[in-house]
Amino acid sequence: MKLWKSLLSLSLLALGAGCKGKGADETPAVGSVAAATAEAAPSKGKETGPIKVGILHSLSGTMAISETSLKDVALMTIDAINAKGGLLGRKLEPIVVDPASDWPLFAEKARELIQKEGVAVVFGCWTSVSRKSVLPVFEELNGLLFYPVQYEGEESSYNVFYTGAAPNQQAIPAVEYLMSEAGGGAKRWVLLGTDYVYPRTTNKILRYFLQEHGVAEKDILETYTPFGHSDYQTIVADIKKFAAGTPTAVVSTINGDSNVPFYKELANQGLKASDIPVVAFSVGEEELRGIDTKPLKGHLAAWNYFMSIDTPENKEFIDLWKAYVKEKNLPDGDKRVTNDPMEATYLGIKMWAGAVLQAGTTDVDAVRQAMGSQVVKSPSGFDITMDGKNHHLHKPVYIGEIEESGQFKIVWKTEGPVRAEPWSKYVPDSKEKVADWSFPWVCGNCTKAKYEAF
Amino acid sequence: MRNAVLTLLFALVVALCPRAVRAGELEQALDDLGSDDFGRVAAAVVSIAGSGHPRALPVLQALEDQKLSFDASGALLIDTGEGFVMAISGEPRAPNGALRAIAANNRVRRALGPAVSRLRLSAPDRAARREAALELFKRPDAATLDVMRRALERESDSEVRDLLSLGIARLELHSEDAERRLAAVTTMRRLVDVSLREDLERLVAARPDGSLVETDRRIRKKAHAALRAIETKTTLINLVANTFYGLSLGSVLLLASLGLGITFGLMRVINMAHGEMLMIGAYTTFVVQNLFLGFAPGALDWYLLAALPAAFLVCGGVGIALERLVVRHLYGRPLETLLATWGISLMLIQTVRLLFGAQNVTVANPSWLSGGFELMPNLVMPYSRLAIVAFTVGVVVLVGLLLYRTSFGLQIRAVTQNRGMAASMGIPAKRVDALTFGLGSGVAGLGGVALSQLGNVGPELGQSYIVDSFMVVVLGGVGDLLGAVLGAMGLGLLNKYVEPMVGAVLGKIIILTLIVLFIQKRPQGLFALRGRAAEV
Repeated sequence: MKLWKSLLSLSLLALGAGCKGKGADETPAVGSVAAATAEAAPSKGKETGPIKVGILHSLSGTMAISETSLKDVALMTIDAINAKGGLLGRKLEPIVVDPASDWPLFAEKARELIQKEGVAVVFGCWTSVSRKSVLPVFEELNGLLFYPVQYEGEESSYNVFYTGAAPNQQAIPAVEYLMSEAGGGAKRWVLLGTDYVYPRTTNKILRYFLQEHGVAEKDILETYTPFGHSDYQTIVADIKKFAAGTPTAVVSTINGDSNVPFYKELANQGLKASDIPVVAFSVGEEELRGIDTKPLKGHLAAWNYFMSIDTPENKEFIDLWKAYVKEKNLPDGDKRVTNDPMEATYLGIKMWAGAVLQAGTTDVDAVRQAMGSQVVKSPSGFDITMDGKNHHLHKPVYIGEIEESGQFKIVWKTEGPVRAEPWSKYVPDSKEKVADWSFPWVCGNCTKAKYEAF
Repeated sequence: MRNAVLTLLFALVVALCPRAVRAGELEQALDDLGSDDFGRVAAAVVSIAGSGHPRALPVLQALEDQKLSFDASGALLIDTGEGFVMAISGEPRAPNGALRAIAANNRVRRALGPAVSRLRLSAPDRAARREAALELFKRPDAATLDVMRRALERESDSEVRDLLSLGIARLELHSEDAERRLAAVTTMRRLVDVSLREDLERLVAARPDGSLVETDRRIRKKAHAALRAIETKTTLINLVANTFYGLSLGSVLLLASLGLGITFGLMRVINMAHGEMLMIGAYTTFVVQNLFLGFAPGALDWYLLAALPAAFLVCGGVGIALERLVVRHLYGRPLETLLATWGISLMLIQTVRLLFGAQNVTVANPSWLSGGFELMPNLVMPYSRLAIVAFTVGVVVLVGLLLYRTSFGLQIRAVTQNRGMAASMGIPAKRVDALTFGLGSGVAGLGGVALSQLGNVGPELGQSYIVDSFMVVVLGGVGDLLGAVLGAMGLGLLNKYVEPMVGAVLGKIIILTLIVLFIQKRPQGLFALRGRAAEV
């Protein structure tokens, strides 16, 4: 009898371990960090030898589906820079670590990269919860992080450059489009997401935005599922019930590989995009590779880049990527695609390289000052600028419909790049807040300037 | 009668007279199909549908099927599969230069639906008319009211008639004429359709200033009656739907845990590597699929049938090897077994990661498992779910027969109940152990094949099912397959009844709490073996 009781507690324990991810991996990491602290950051300030660059993306676990190709594209861009002789006469040396979709492990690995490896910059993270987990580490050690994924905003750190979209560069335009006649004139909204900080915050902003546009409380259905959720029968049926009789759109912030069962269920229950369009903020070309896209025709995604953008710059970018995939013989070969976060990673590395050359050093403080004057020609054909004040990019916005080929047909786009608003003007709490790292504000989260102007 | 004559006259006038006038308009509309502006394409679709041209339907259908393109000379062509024909004349013609397919997006498709449906209402095929009537009912448009009325007059099929009546009723709910509104509400009361709830609720609601939208008492009464009927029907649909979802989730849980019911339930081996057997089963499916892709692309739809025995054999083989090499040295030492099998599970995950990469792999659903049929409005039974329920029943019956109707099953039960006694009766206990473990693993492999059809196939697939599997077996009671069946179905149903009320996240917490309480009260689970075996 006792055995079964202890077994149950064991299986519950295993559940706990499952939530936390690989408990076994953490122990050595802690040890090595302690050792690293004792060495006191060996290569900081050393201006000879290769420049170490950290790459912090999950190569296993639930986020591997999305993050693996960011690691690949970062290595590709670094290779391209090295092929031209590197920076300041020094080669770049990428240090790749695998935080395994385990949020606390992200912080450990970030610390390891900065303290033990002494990297000049880190390119990494996908989920907001992983970014929130590494943020204190970067601020404490004055590291530099380039974050390449669209996110919920409501943040601006002195140590982070955000090369993905803020809500006003993705979520808000997508909802505006679905409200318009061209998008189907949705009157009812399902806000569906994975249960963590990004979907919760995005949906909070969208809720305020919808209310401002006269959508009643009863016309918004907000639902969350746990990470890795795989049974979407009830949720899809609920959406159908909720949508009966009124034009309805679904805003999906489902992240990671839960998208596969969700879209499979949508298709099997016969939910057509022309009836109830689903717009996703975390599904791009890469995620669609794992799904049979035929039944998904017409569902939407909003991004700042699509592989199907027809510009010479994009062709060049895709060719570069295809050649790299072939040269390195990456898995899946010519089936590999490019997507928005990959473009954002590519832009981020190029901008950082420009800033290093401008500053003449890899010193974090100097590079940060130089970042504000960087301009890079993006694959979408625009001159993309980094906003030195709020550390976000000015980006164009595209809305695309999924096609049978797994690519997106662009159905709407902005005239040109849009300035990011990290603090949403729709949320009462953050309406007054300003992210401005230039003098006299020097603050990412203030309602008044830190210094008095002279 | 006079009405009918008038309608007919009107129809004739619409059909004949403006054709000459509209010829230029039609050309313009056909031209507009090539526009980059989806709004213009959508408008063109509407005007082509309204042109009354006999080729309007084939053209719009071709657009819907993405078979319509312009060639380099600007001629509009339809790809019939065997060759190209001119869109408007229908004459065969070879394309001149490169083809540019006409792009349709959601906006165009939304315009196409009603436009094509209007024209299809007079199609000879019953299914086409039904679909058309359904589409017009779903997208009410006052412009189609007359078309629907005329179609209703000549329609003989009762299902199509009902749909048309509902479509008309939905539009006439806004009529100025109280009699028509009453007729509409009466139709709605007669043909209870849950998607009309909103329309009726709006009708009986009060305006912000307190006045009533509908003042006629007869109509209000009928509308309330219709709403009550809809309420009853919704409750029924929800009940059926939740039960089906619960059974289908239960089937998935059962498939995931049945193998464990054998290795852990019968043999008392705490097999932490069970989840990896599921994973290996799913990867076997992936490999079989790729073999079919490479060698027999024509038979791709049937790869699943080949994957079943393959997964059973591969996982069974891995299971036997596992038992021979590791587990048999650890019988009677549960904690060591737990650690050893956990270690093996990590090794298996890493091996698969090395062989196939850390990324998920794509396992496509064969076409006969895609889609579903509509049992009731708003209740679609996906074929893949139905197939999994049927498959689960099949596997459970087979395993049951094997255990309780064959001499091998008798040997298994004898060895698990009293190994020493069984051995002294001449049963090769060690061989039976290995084969039993192989059977459990093989059944887990079959579960893996089924799971590959629903979700992701990745190295960590097993990890997400191991906890659920143990839960099912412990809840069901160790040592009895029936326990696993009831445990899985109970968990599935409970989950699906609770989820609509509290959501997926809270639902999961509530279920776990309930299980903990249940096990406190009844540690032996739903079913417990009586007698000596229970004391082991």
